[in-house]
Amino acid sequence: MTSDPTTRPPGPGHGPLPVGTKIVVGVLLLIPMLALALVPVYSRQTPKILGFPFFYWYQLLWVFLASVFTYTAFIVIKRARGEK
Amino acid sequence: MSPLAASSGVNGVELGVVIFFFVVVTFGGFVAVRWRRAESMDSLDEWGLGGRGFGTVITWFLLGGDLYTAYTFVAVPAAMFATGAVGGYFAVPYTIVAYPIIFIFLPRLWSVAHRRGYVTPADFVRGRYGSRGLALAVAVTGIVATMPYIALQLVGIQAVLDTMGLGGSGNLFVRDLPLIIAFAVLAAYTYSSGLRAPALIAFVKDTLIYIVIVVAVIYVAVKIGYGDVFDAAKTKLTTVNPATKKPVGAFITGEPTYWAYGTLAFGSALALFMYPHSMTGVLASRTRNTIRRNAAILPTYSLMLALLALLGYAAIAAKTSVFGQDGVANPQLAVPHFFQQVFPSWFAGVAFAAIAIGALVPAAIMSIAAANLFTRNIYREFLKPDATPKQESQVAKIVSLVVKFGALLFVIYLDRQNAINLQLLGGVWILQTILSIVVGLYTRWLHRWALLAGWAVAMVYGTVVAYRQLAPNATTKLVGGKPITTMHGMRHFGSPLADFPFTNTKVYIAASALVLNIVIAVVLTLVLRAVKAPGGTDETEPSDYYSDSASGKVTAAAEHEFSGG
Repeated sequence: MTSDPTTRPPGPGHGPLPVGTKIVVGVLLLIPMLALALVPVYSRQTPKILGFPFFYWYQLLWVFLASVFTYTAFIVIKRARGEK
Repeated sequence: MSPLAASSGVNGVELGVVIFFFVVVTFGGFVAVRWRRAESMDSLDEWGLGGRGFGTVITWFLLGGDLYTAYTFVAVPAAMFATGAVGGYFAVPYTIVAYPIIFIFLPRLWSVAHRRGYVTPADFVRGRYGSRGLALAVAVTGIVATMPYIALQLVGIQAVLDTMGLGGSGNLFVRDLPLIIAFAVLAAYTYSSGLRAPALIAFVKDTLIYIVIVVAVIYVAVKIGYGDVFDAAKTKLTTVNPATKKPVGAFITGEPTYWAYGTLAFGSALALFMYPHSMTGVLASRTRNTIRRNAAILPTYSLMLALLALLGYAAIAAKTSVFGQDGVANPQLAVPHFFQQVFPSWFAGVAFAAIAIGALVPAAIMSIAAANLFTRNIYREFLKPDATPKQESQVAKIVSLVVKFGALLFVIYLDRQNAINLQLLGGVWILQTILSIVVGLYTRWLHRWALLAGWAVAMVYGTVVAYRQLAPNATTKLVGGKPITTMHGMRHFGSPLADFPFTNTKVYIAASALVLNIVIAVVLTLVLRAVKAPGGTDETEPSDYYSDSASGKVTAAAEHEFSGG
């Protein structure tokens, strides 16, 4: 293959994650997906915040929340792997 | 600018600012070849993947510049302006749920690609299933889905040029000269610097975009007020069109559009990282963790996209005119015209530069990705199996030129609507490669021939269904200061939505095609396994899917050499 093997230091890689970690990570990632998959739940105009109808601010809010959940999943995986 | 007058004459200040930034990024594009300099640029790892060494920050800018394209900046607010939430705002949940999804499978793809030296997703399919045919299907789908996407970046630049007063009338060549110059320069530095050029330019693009968005949001909040913006949008979108007896658009999703909204968001999210240019951005990163970290921080761009989408509503509230130089109404001019209307010329120039550069970055990455696919999965696989890395990079460079000029000719000589139709089809097509790529990362249970059959049927189905969607073909032109709408019958490819088979529920066509794809792949796999059809050889090993350069792991090729083979 075309990659230069000398640039890759030798050593062992990772194995699969423990089952418990997998479940925790799965749930963390599933929450934002579920929150946005349930379209009827957020298809409403009220309550409004700063002029934004519910439909609009709810989805904007999930930009931040999804980021938090995804980053938490990342930390959980790093801990499970014993990385800093 | 009065609301109902087409702009006339070239705005010198705006043009000057845009040219200034264009010169800056051109310089950056050419010096990029020296950035993180490699011993030799004569391999696809260097030219096509930037040396596979990009860390978290560069990957963030590169993927941000790659996924949130100029066309997105123009088309999403345009959809909001014209038809409201279902057509436009779905981009927000789409670009949110994409990241938890990629968090799960992309690290595996990165690992196996890193260890086996795969440059394209089709390389992986080739290695995993031992099937040249399936790899060819994935490669060709990637190339044909990417080409119209590049053309649409040019459509994004055109919207900006038109707003500044360039183009409009005159002969074809003169009208599009600025576009031709911009693309020729882009082609030149992509040719010499490869993926390093867009990676470097992405810094400029994103910085400009963020500045423009922050200023625009503050302007709208203070000068118009978001309450008034939403009220104006609601009034416009719920108005009944006398011709069709239906509302103009949808202010929020209603019961008939729940599935449409959800499938558009999730279908697009699943398709996003099947596009070759997204894969290129991911495979260029240095470590496995770079991808996961980026999955958590890339939503910053989604926030920006959401705020930008709402500028489509702000344009409604500000009664922005969307009549172009040719006097024809074009919703894609909503945001450029809004900037011109409310900002001083120099700042509108900054916004236009951001959009124009925002077109160059993805256009460069897309052409590199298409070139990588052609080189690895067609040229080396079928035409010249003993190609050296140097020959590969040479071919890829030339293909990247061909692809860009193809897109340019497409936009200059064909109607803009063709590019938009093909990009809609591209999304339907690219999603059909997900079974071979993503399911293949976890299991080889699905048979390679079943995957090929499912792909083929879903491609045909998706294309036919998309073709059958009719929309009224209306143009609104300014005649003596008054908008006059004329009808030209119906046009095909009128909507990304169609009834799910045997129901009256509208869903994203790509999603129903994927369901069909899955059913065929599963049923045929059961049949092929029953008759013991040959499954092909798998060159990957289970440990390949976890390897990480940060913790250290030799590539398979190196191990092969160490063991004296």
